[in-house]
Amino acid sequence: MIIVIDYNVGNVKSVCNAFHHIGCEAKLSADPSDIEGAAGLVLPGVAAFGYAVDALSSLAETIKKVALNGKPLLGICVGYQLLFDESCEYGRHNGLGLVSGNVVPLPADQVVPHMGWNLVNMPDDMDLFTDLRPEKHFYFAHSFYADVTDIGAQIASTDYGFPLPAAVQKKNIYGTQFHPEKSAKTGLKVLRNFAQICERGD
Amino acid sequence: MLTKRIIPCLDVKDGRVVKGIKFLNLRDAGDPVELGARYSDEGADELVFLDITATIRSRETIVELVEKVAKNVFIPFTVGGGIQTVEQMDTLLRSGAEKVSVNTAAVQNPDLLTEAAQRFGSQCTVLAIDARRSKQHAGKWQVCVKAGSEPTDIDVVEWAAKAEKLGAGEILLTSMDADGTKAGYDNELNKAVTDAVNIPVIASGGAGTLDHLYDAITIGNANAVLMASITHFQNYTINQIKQYLKDRGVPVNL
Repeated sequence: MIIVIDYNVGNVKSVCNAFHHIGCEAKLSADPSDIEGAAGLVLPGVAAFGYAVDALSSLAETIKKVALNGKPLLGICVGYQLLFDESCEYGRHNGLGLVSGNVVPLPADQVVPHMGWNLVNMPDDMDLFTDLRPEKHFYFAHSFYADVTDIGAQIASTDYGFPLPAAVQKKNIYGTQFHPEKSAKTGLKVLRNFAQICERGD
Repeated sequence: MLTKRIIPCLDVKDGRVVKGIKFLNLRDAGDPVELGARYSDEGADELVFLDITATIRSRETIVELVEKVAKNVFIPFTVGGGIQTVEQMDTLLRSGAEKVSVNTAAVQNPDLLTEAAQRFGSQCTVLAIDARRSKQHAGKWQVCVKAGSEPTDIDVVEWAAKAEKLGAGEILLTSMDADGTKAGYDNELNKAVTDAVNIPVIASGGAGTLDHLYDAITIGNANAVLMASITHFQNYTINQIKQYLKDRGVPVNL
């Protein structure tokens, strides 16, 4: 069973809907015992970073612990940004620190937010993108992005005047800046790939 | 490269999609969930649902509608119409909407944009503007509120720029003069607003031909184009629209 972490922010239900649509068992929960017993975790999020951090509060430690123990974790949008060290959206806030890097504003020489469908280039070795390589369009909606500095992380990127990190993978920790649950069939395939990763138990 | 978005707009009244001309003379265009799913299958980039009745009762209906749409449609969608508080926005976002648009309430209380941006992020906070060409000042547009029924003294371009500073992450810009006429978007309006802000602008009102869409993107500089009449009544499919734009060099997700 995949647990979609319910922490009082937007779009949590959309992620569950998407998993159900592709026939995967997924449940919304904020119960630490569900989180510890899950085959995999999804940390969704439509919120400002600070609001999301406060909403997550005590669950943060549980999520961190199980992720460091090897349970597959997929962060989406703000949930993806929460994987990093810190963000400067409306003040300075600490993230989970699972992947090295900081969340910073998009450069002002582009239209901000980065909103819409952009082409993501996928490296060969990210199993989130099985059967989708080399590139596909995904839906983005964000004003901040993760400047990924983790040498242990693989990165898929998209072009927004510079190579913008669109997804990361560090061992069992996965994250997408784009919304797979809102990226039509291509996005549903990413969720299916994640579900398969969870089934494999790696 | 970021692609230009093709966005069908579903005006919802009493649980049905309707489409009027210049906000009047409504005509039935089908069931919102079915139409939304059809657009998603056809390759629309996004959807907008506007509750054009916007009464207390219709607001409950729209939450149910959002939940139904979210179970069947896996592309982003914005919901708007009569939304006044961040709590109402929260309910809609939690029900599955990706973004929420505010119009009259933001004019009455501009801080609403800031509150929404700080809680949900700017990318969820859409400002809808109903713009009408000013009769007193040539080359200017005035903001109209209450579903376009009440003109204000507020200048559209100034309001758009102010809203960006307050936290709006996108502007849904409807030309009331062009709406439903199928005579083309008001690209002077689109250009004036896109020049004044650095957030995405969705051009709305007046799409009748594929040329019009191309012009809104290339002349009006719009990041996205909204349409209703030409796709609801199946004059064109989303695929035809995208293929046309692609052939003319516009980046689209096709």
